[in-house]
Amino acid sequence: MDVGFIVVQSLSGLASASALFIIASGLTLVFGVTRIVNFAHGSFYMLGAYIAVTVVPWLLEIDRSPTLFFTGVLISAIAVGVLGVLMELLLLRRLYKVPELFQLLATFGVVLMVQDAVLKIWGPVDIPGPRAPGLRHGVEILGQRFPAYELFLIVIGPAVLGLLWLLMHRTRFGILIRAATRDREMVGALGVNQAMLFTGTLFLGAALAGLGGALQIPRVSASSQMDLSIITEAFVVTVIGGMGSVPGAFLAAVLIGQLQAFGVLVFPKITLVLVFLLMAAVLVVKPWGLLGRPEAAAGRAALPEGILAVRGFGRVEKLIAGLAIAAMLAVPVFGDAYTVKVATEVLIFALAAFSLNFLVGNGGIVSFGHAAYFGLGAYAAGLLVTKGGLPMEPALLAAPIAGGLFAALFGFFVVRLSGIYLAMLTLAFAQIAYAVCFQWVEVTGGDNGVVGVWPSAWAASRQVYHYVVAACAILAIIALRRVVYAPFGATLRAARDSEQRADAIGIDVRTHRWLAFTLAGGAAGLAGGLYAFSKGSIDPTLLAIPLSVDFLAMILLGGIQTVMGAVAGAAAFHTIKDIFMPLTDFWRFLLGASIIALVLVFPRGLAGAFAGWRA
Amino acid sequence: MTLLAVEGLNKAFGGVVAARDVTFALSAGEMLAIIGPNGAGKSTTFNMVGGQLRPDTGRVVLAGQDITGQPPRQVCRMGVGRTFQVAQTFLSMSVVGNVQMALIAHHGRTRDMVADAARLYRDDALALLARVGMEGEADRPIGELAYGDVKRVELAIALAAAPRLLLMDEPTAGMAPRERAALMQLTADIARGGGIGVLFTEHDMDAVFAHADRILVLVRGEVIAEGTPEEVRANPEVQRVYLGTSGHKAALRARRAAHG
Ligand SMILES: Nc1ncnc2c1ncn2[C@@H]1O[C@H](COP(=O)(O)OP(=O)(O)O)[C@@H](O)[C@H]1O
Ligand SMILES: [Mg+2]
Repeated sequence: MDVGFIVVQSLSGLASASALFIIASGLTLVFGVTRIVNFAHGSFYMLGAYIAVTVVPWLLEIDRSPTLFFTGVLISAIAVGVLGVLMELLLLRRLYKVPELFQLLATFGVVLMVQDAVLKIWGPVDIPGPRAPGLRHGVEILGQRFPAYELFLIVIGPAVLGLLWLLMHRTRFGILIRAATRDREMVGALGVNQAMLFTGTLFLGAALAGLGGALQIPRVSASSQMDLSIITEAFVVTVIGGMGSVPGAFLAAVLIGQLQAFGVLVFPKITLVLVFLLMAAVLVVKPWGLLGRPEAAAGRAALPEGILAVRGFGRVEKLIAGLAIAAMLAVPVFGDAYTVKVATEVLIFALAAFSLNFLVGNGGIVSFGHAAYFGLGAYAAGLLVTKGGLPMEPALLAAPIAGGLFAALFGFFVVRLSGIYLAMLTLAFAQIAYAVCFQWVEVTGGDNGVVGVWPSAWAASRQVYHYVVAACAILAIIALRRVVYAPFGATLRAARDSEQRADAIGIDVRTHRWLAFTLAGGAAGLAGGLYAFSKGSIDPTLLAIPLSVDFLAMILLGGIQTVMGAVAGAAAFHTIKDIFMPLTDFWRFLLGASIIALVLVFPRGLAGAFAGWRA
Repeated sequence: MTLLAVEGLNKAFGGVVAARDVTFALSAGEMLAIIGPNGAGKSTTFNMVGGQLRPDTGRVVLAGQDITGQPPRQVCRMGVGRTFQVAQTFLSMSVVGNVQMALIAHHGRTRDMVADAARLYRDDALALLARVGMEGEADRPIGELAYGDVKRVELAIALAAAPRLLLMDEPTAGMAPRERAALMQLTADIARGGGIGVLFTEHDMDAVFAHADRILVLVRGEVIAEGTPEEVRANPEVQRVYLGTSGHKAALRARRAAHG
């Protein structure tokens, strides 16, 4: 490896770092002021790219000049900034006081809506952008050719950092942003017009995301998958740098850029794993990130109230539970093949959602990546059957073990954090697992996954397999419900209600949370294993963010405050999805809008409504 | 016999010295009050004894064992129960559920995944609630109680670990005067009856002078006086720096009350 090569590699790392920083700086600014982690930040980035690939070529028709190219880029950024203002006025304003979980879910609702809107406006085909006039050539560096546009990007990152520094230190608006990031109450006390400050910050943050997207168009085509891939990276940058810290974001972006540029030489397939290792290492040593401040993240509990007083079933509840189980067992006798399939999936998702609410509602541990353990269970079972040649029975045994083991591994780091940091770390771990399944093509089949995951001969019919699932899922839910009512479940609620009190009566909070995370991962893994055999295949969507969000939507719909709400939520959610998804091209739009509506007007879910009716 | 020995504790937050060379000792069955103006370092001292804060230097020795820098859960297992300046309870649970939870922890059953937590140690918990006069409210959600009653329940929670030492940071803050006197009397009875050492802070001078065996005066992180209520009351520096005339009157009132 010669010097020229190393220099060029490092330069391309810096170029990626610049782009990443511009996007992440907007995310971290918005978080600093509003304390909302805005999932839709990735959507702003994507919109910046789409608007730019529309506007810039149109401007270049007039004159192929660099001035018009960058005018187009700036127009795109400003347009996205205006969309950010809209989002603040219409949605975020109503979210400042709700629990973090609801904020995350509502902004994810926006992600889903934007995805369908983008498909509708720009179509499903990726759109390549024009190259930048004046920067299309290569530059000779130590005998290596390096694109001039990348050099330009290297300059633009520090330039944005400098401009932001000037803004934050030399203007009243910027000084208010810094004050709000440090101390919310103080700004309120000063009588500053908070609404204006928040709206202005959203403009700035969204415009930075839009700028990041628009600047990408000579390098990558605008595509409808840009949002989720960038948001994970931006999350990682802000978490490593420290939420709310712009210089921290810059430092983290440079570190990650270099790590990826050189990591790709050593481990070409798993650069994401390296990034994750960096993040895990930073969070263990400095839980609030490199330049972050603890108060910023530890301000509010993730949930105001999770599962409240757990009561045993009364007569009405026993009757309902008995009828539900009877109905599930009767489906293969009376239902057609399609109904059996839906009922099997409802049982599987009920178990997955129940295990998630065991963490969220009972433990106050807001996991945003629960699909990871579901998917890893599915992959363990599927790969053992197809590649390992094992029959279904041992593979189904391996699924919860795999889910539990990975949950134990990831959970070791997760339980060291709390609140929003915890949620983002669970998300990052899920993305790592997703990336490994996606990229490790030889073993996992990559994007296509693996087919031929069929049950043993005796369980091959839909009807018999339904009973296999029913036995496993119902027994697992009953067992997990037992744990909720047992001392272990009570201990988790105690730690959720008051960590300080729990510690003072002798409870090792971290260890109990770790055990809970492992247990829930095991249950999700079992659900994943059952799912693999019901589908006959496995693929990376089983670990992807959208499935994690589906699980969260299920428990939200069912009601986080109740023990059995998750089961009702899973049944309702999956049935609605199954009925409406084939009927519409805008399923995601509807789902996103429904999530937002749930958060805003119906936060206690179905079981909450039931409890209100009973009382 | 010395139950708790605190030797040369120091703690600084950035530039603020919250505790400077704090040294004192406490015997079983004794009630030691720490008094001092707001920001004197009382809570900081409590938190260094209870394990919530790690001292910069110095030692905390409980019954001959060094517990400096141990986490709260460890300190609890060594026989220290505590209440907080702002009451800390399990809001989703009933009154008796809170005490049962403390008993479950005390008996090391927190990892039990089978038993029914609602039935476990219920009688013991009711007995503890009876000791603090709260058995009548056992099945109400703790969030519904008046703050004074929450403080009593917190005492029952602290007692669940069968402590040798009770740490009570402003146990009567936010209570009506009559409730205060009752809670302090209750605490004194429990301490003397069970040979439990009590370290407490209190703004209400009546309560301090009526119940403390000894008083420690803390000002800006430093112990400026220590002794029996009489000695502290007579100390000119204490009168000047802290008690002032109102404190002096309180002392006189308390003496009159105590001696009829
Ligand atoms: N976690 C902390 N960080 C920074 N300063 C603190 C912290 N805790 C206490 N202090 C400071 O230490 C001093 C003593 O506080 P504290 O022990 O709470 O006093 P008291 O309980 O006597 O009113 C005060 O000046 C307070 O501002
Ligand atoms: Mg205090």
